[in-house]
Amino acid sequence: MRRVIAQIGDWFDQRLQLAAPVREVAEHPVPRSTASWFYVFGSAALVVFLMQLVTGILLAFVYVPSASEAWSSLQSLNHDVTLGWFIRAMHGWGSNFMVAIVLIHMVQVFLFGAYKFPRELTWILGVFLLLMTLGMAFSGQVLRFDQDAYWGLGIGASIASRVPIAGPAIVKLMLGGPIIAGATLSRFFALHVFVIPGMLIGFVCLHVLMVVKLGINEWPMPGRVVKRATYTSQYHELTKKDGAPFVPYAVWKDMFFAAFILLAVAACALYFGPFGPTGRPDPTIIQTVPKPDYFFLWLYALLSLLPPSLETPALLIGPVIVITGLILLPFLSGEGEKSWRRRPIAVLTVLLVAITLGTFTHLAGFTPWSPQMNAWSGDPVPAKFLHGTSALERQGALVFQSKQCRNCHSLGELGGQRGPALDTVAVRLTQDQLIRQVIQGGGNMPAYGKNLSPPETTALVAFLETLHPAGQAPARDASRDVALGEGQEEHASAQR
Amino acid sequence: MSDENMLSRRGLLMKLGILFNGLVATAIAVPIVRFLLSSVTRGRSNAYLSWVALGRVGEFPEGETRLATFRNPYVMPTDGKTVDTACWVRRIAGDQFQVFAINCAHLGCPVRWFPQSGLFMCPCHGGAYYRDGSRASGPPERGLFEYPHKVENGLVTIQAGELPTPGLSAALSRKEPPCAA
Repeated sequence: MRRVIAQIGDWFDQRLQLAAPVREVAEHPVPRSTASWFYVFGSAALVVFLMQLVTGILLAFVYVPSASEAWSSLQSLNHDVTLGWFIRAMHGWGSNFMVAIVLIHMVQVFLFGAYKFPRELTWILGVFLLLMTLGMAFSGQVLRFDQDAYWGLGIGASIASRVPIAGPAIVKLMLGGPIIAGATLSRFFALHVFVIPGMLIGFVCLHVLMVVKLGINEWPMPGRVVKRATYTSQYHELTKKDGAPFVPYAVWKDMFFAAFILLAVAACALYFGPFGPTGRPDPTIIQTVPKPDYFFLWLYALLSLLPPSLETPALLIGPVIVITGLILLPFLSGEGEKSWRRRPIAVLTVLLVAITLGTFTHLAGFTPWSPQMNAWSGDPVPAKFLHGTSALERQGALVFQSKQCRNCHSLGELGGQRGPALDTVAVRLTQDQLIRQVIQGGGNMPAYGKNLSPPETTALVAFLETLHPAGQAPARDASRDVALGEGQEEHASAQR
Repeated sequence: MSDENMLSRRGLLMKLGILFNGLVATAIAVPIVRFLLSSVTRGRSNAYLSWVALGRVGEFPEGETRLATFRNPYVMPTDGKTVDTACWVRRIAGDQFQVFAINCAHLGCPVRWFPQSGLFMCPCHGGAYYRDGSRASGPPERGLFEYPHKVENGLVTIQAGELPTPGLSAALSRKEPPCAA
């Protein structure tokens, strides 16, 4: 039996002649130090990518890339096709895992100095692979043609339109016409299924080829400095002296981790299920709060928090600076220390970026900058704020609710967080300041002067003046009594 | 003449082959590029803009702002519901109207009208606008987009057909909404 298999193998190899080069690749010596759990993320990204290819092709068996049918075809994948929901969930969670693993892989490569000579081009291809992964993530969200996809495209178009001069042309090129419609979905389908994956496959092959040709980056040791003149010979000496064949010495960790990741994707898919689709992509339904998928949440937060005047420059120049910086990195520091122990700025940069992105993502989870559209009708004024209040003050509480103040200001931790919480506003602002703020607005608050009658303003301010902790007096303008003339009489009577 | 400088018959044929392929590639590239850019070039004359009716004047009470929907003037068979669009119609008085795009001037999310406080609020990044469409607060740098409109034969009509974006667009190029009466 064995002989027959060997004979068949020989027959094929005589024609294909692949056995020798494959064996050479598999058994190429790698430094023993690289057989580490820190070196498994690249291969895991590759395995998740392959899984995305398979699940993506399976989804294409059923999915219809037409603006009139896409949403219903997703519904039938979710509910009618056997295990359609699971394949959708695997593909959706696979994309989340892929973005995360690619980012972790990048951080590991950066901290281990693996982008330095002679692996500059491997890093640059990796930067493009990251951009393509993000491109796949965004275009994939568009193919899930629901309300989030529709308004997400609107946001993309609004950003693209800000490019000077070419903006409107870019928008039409992106949307396939002057509005978001059938042509838009079709072209994003072509991008997601043909263009970007085709480029990804090519780039991944080159990326892996270079890893094999140039050798896996050795474990960085503090003090072992990279020099262009000597590095290659030093590396070969290292692999000769302290090397081991990649298969099986190092590969088993890659295999275990990749299998673990696939299991994690499947577990998430099984437990959490597929993503959406949310409501129908019908632009006449405006009761919607569009939100991007998690890998773009940081951007969603950033766009809310940047000062308006900085936004367009940041949107247009920021990505250029970041991408240029990443591409130039191996040329700016192609030599020198590899170990993160001797590269404090590198470590701090990673920490800063991670904390920034993490904080923005966290904030985008509860969007404190957005008015809560239903707070005014949904969250009543807590009873404790109304105990022992006068009729006028209660009328003010009604004005407070009915004029949607609550959408931006919370009371008793309920309501919007766009503006400050008003539980103790009377301590911060005097009566005059309250009146001025309500009527004229300012500090990012609209002016309500035209929408409040004088009696409504009086009642509202009377209510706001009751909002102070028991035992703490409300803010008072000491000169007010004097200015109004009341104090003078008191002063005079005291003198008498 | 030395051998190095001499052009062999095969060498000449190869160069001619490259030239021939280059010419053919260029010729084929012209229709390909024109096809790719068709959505841009077709829009150059703004022929996609057209007047669409929103409803009779009487459907919009004076002094109020109401949601209206319209169908994009040009529809492809695969567009589905995406060609139906909403807009906010404010009837100031008589035949005086303002028609606002549903899209926030910040990043295009759908704004909602709150008649009690007289504000449009955006659910995405917290933009707010007054009843005349001018900016009230939040990240938008300008007021709401306004469709050009006219009242004809008792019908409110707007010039539509394009997604309003902060960049300079054909129908909505007016940067500031006119002051409300």
